Amino acid sequence: MALLSVRGLELHFVTPAGRVRAVNGISYTVEAGELVAIVGESGSGKTVQAQAVLGLVAQPPGEIVGGAVEFDGVELLSLPEERMRTLRGRRISMVFQEPMTSLNPVLSIGRQLTEAMRLHLQLTRAVADERAVSLLGMVGIADPERRLRQYPHHLSGGMRQRVMIAIAIACDPLLIVADEPTTALDVTIQAQILALMQDLTRRLGVALVIITHDLGVVARYADRVNVMYAGRIVEHGAARDVYRRPAHPYTIGLLNSVPRLDRPRGVRIEPIPGSPPDPAHLQPGCAFAPRCPYVVDRCRREEPPTVTFDDRHVATCWQTAALRPESG
Amino acid sequence: MSKYLLRRTLGAMVVMWAVATLVFFMLRAVPGDPFTAMVFDTGDPTAAEEMRRAFGFDQPVYVQYFKYLVQAVQGNLGTSIYGSRVPVATIIAESFPRTLSITVLAFLIAVTIAIPAGLISALYKYSALDHGVTIVAFLGLSMPDFWLAILLIIAFAAGLGWLPAIGYAPLSEGFGAWLSHLIMPAIAIGTPFAAIIARMVRSSMLEVLRTEYVQVASSKGLLRWQVLLQHAFPNALIPVITVMGIALALLMAGAVVVENVFAIKGLGRVLIQGILNRDYPVVQGAILIVSGIFVLSNLIVDMLYAAIDPRIRYE
Repeated sequence: MALLSVRGLELHFVTPAGRVRAVNGISYTVEAGELVAIVGESGSGKTVQAQAVLGLVAQPPGEIVGGAVEFDGVELLSLPEERMRTLRGRRISMVFQEPMTSLNPVLSIGRQLTEAMRLHLQLTRAVADERAVSLLGMVGIADPERRLRQYPHHLSGGMRQRVMIAIAIACDPLLIVADEPTTALDVTIQAQILALMQDLTRRLGVALVIITHDLGVVARYADRVNVMYAGRIVEHGAARDVYRRPAHPYTIGLLNSVPRLDRPRGVRIEPIPGSPPDPAHLQPGCAFAPRCPYVVDRCRREEPPTVTFDDRHVATCWQTAALRPESG
Repeated sequence: MSKYLLRRTLGAMVVMWAVATLVFFMLRAVPGDPFTAMVFDTGDPTAAEEMRRAFGFDQPVYVQYFKYLVQAVQGNLGTSIYGSRVPVATIIAESFPRTLSITVLAFLIAVTIAIPAGLISALYKYSALDHGVTIVAFLGLSMPDFWLAILLIIAFAAGLGWLPAIGYAPLSEGFGAWLSHLIMPAIAIGTPFAAIIARMVRSSMLEVLRTEYVQVASSKGLLRWQVLLQHAFPNALIPVITVMGIALALLMAGAVVVENVFAIKGLGRVLIQGILNRDYPVVQGAILIVSGIFVLSNLIVDMLYAAIDPRIRYE
């Protein structure tokens, strides 16, 4: 049984301007210890679906219309808030996008690192402090005793994100959800942080969901990938398969729009024309149709089918069989 | 830190010197002087001249000014020009504890009410409770303090007879007596202050609740009160303290007016009487003390900043 299984999750936001269909029936699974990526551009619903899984979407304005989220054998969507709270930070933890703003400026690093341990694991201050020192060591922060007494403004962005990772692993969770954990960091630091997260989660056997817009991250670190567009998962499969043999026009577009070292020189980077649809006004048929170079009439009328290839590579597209290269 | 305090103290002295100078010359810029009026009834013009000489008012203004400065630095604020010529320092020493009692009590009452009210308003945004707090806050802000003072006297002294309408009892006569005399003036001047603080707590808290670190705190599975009081509230307090420092002026100004309504011989009443009588040394002394209080309370606010926000360090 999968550690996390999201089935048909549908999340809307009720706004004065109308109903925004942010997540439209997505399903994915995460096995224990696995590294799964969720890829998509801004507004694709990738972040908000993760917040829904952790019960962090305020309702209202949010409204979970349908679906089920099962984590470690427990159905989360119907779980009372008090029990959900005991899972948060304990069994599932989260790393956020902006290390500069995700630490509380007026509380010491030590305090922010130990409070979840003291609450969930009922550690004494001394034991929690001791563990905090070893956690900071694990995430590669030198001189941890001194750092514990410092405040966020004493630390660089990369160090802060290391602290956030230490906070995330503090209570030995089963799953970490990392929302664009490196987007706000310098490129060189990005690689360090990702390698650290991969290494730690492998070593501790924690499953990791990385939410990103960066296919490069996916290719290097993820076991499996889900590509999201307009609140739907349009393609998923083993990271290597999706990268080498993309089966959905959107994924192909994404891959063509980033520079790659494994492509012959002189091949131009092709951006995807147009912009993502407004989730308040979704048209019938495939949401990607207006931007799709392979579009046929049918795409604009009918929901695309979900096509599964023999290697568990799945794409939701009318044209997918024609698009997918036979071998990588 | 000690260097910083030294710099602040020097700054305070400059401010107080400027205030003293301004007051000194403004008082004398008004035509005429108190002595002519004082001896008007006697019909003896030489009496006024004599008094002027006795107080040194016959000397050129700049001489008077430097004498005043030199004496003030030595702690000698002169004497009242009326009656038994009580030293100004004595008058202030008598009246200041009363004003201080009123303002401190007003501050405590205001903050005790305003902070919970503001927090509730923020947490239950747009609820009936929030609207209620908002309406009360605007009422409190729009009511002149002396008018509120009169209403309080009508209700609790004249009507219900629970509290004495006027006067003051020092703490030495018992806490109850002290409080019963001060509670109405304190409420009267604390109300607009409380209204401002409550509104400020609300907006500041709402802003902080939207920040990412509060979301992070929730994602750690902390208890709701921990997220609100340990993570959000200290951050929300930083701008509130700024406003508190500025709004302290409201309390002092309020005290001046409200002391008259309640016939409490505090600093405000001394000041107003001094102005009406053109009792130069009393006015100069009282304003100097008020400016000193302002400078001191600003310093306390800045110290509070450093205590709450580790990013602020004074060197």
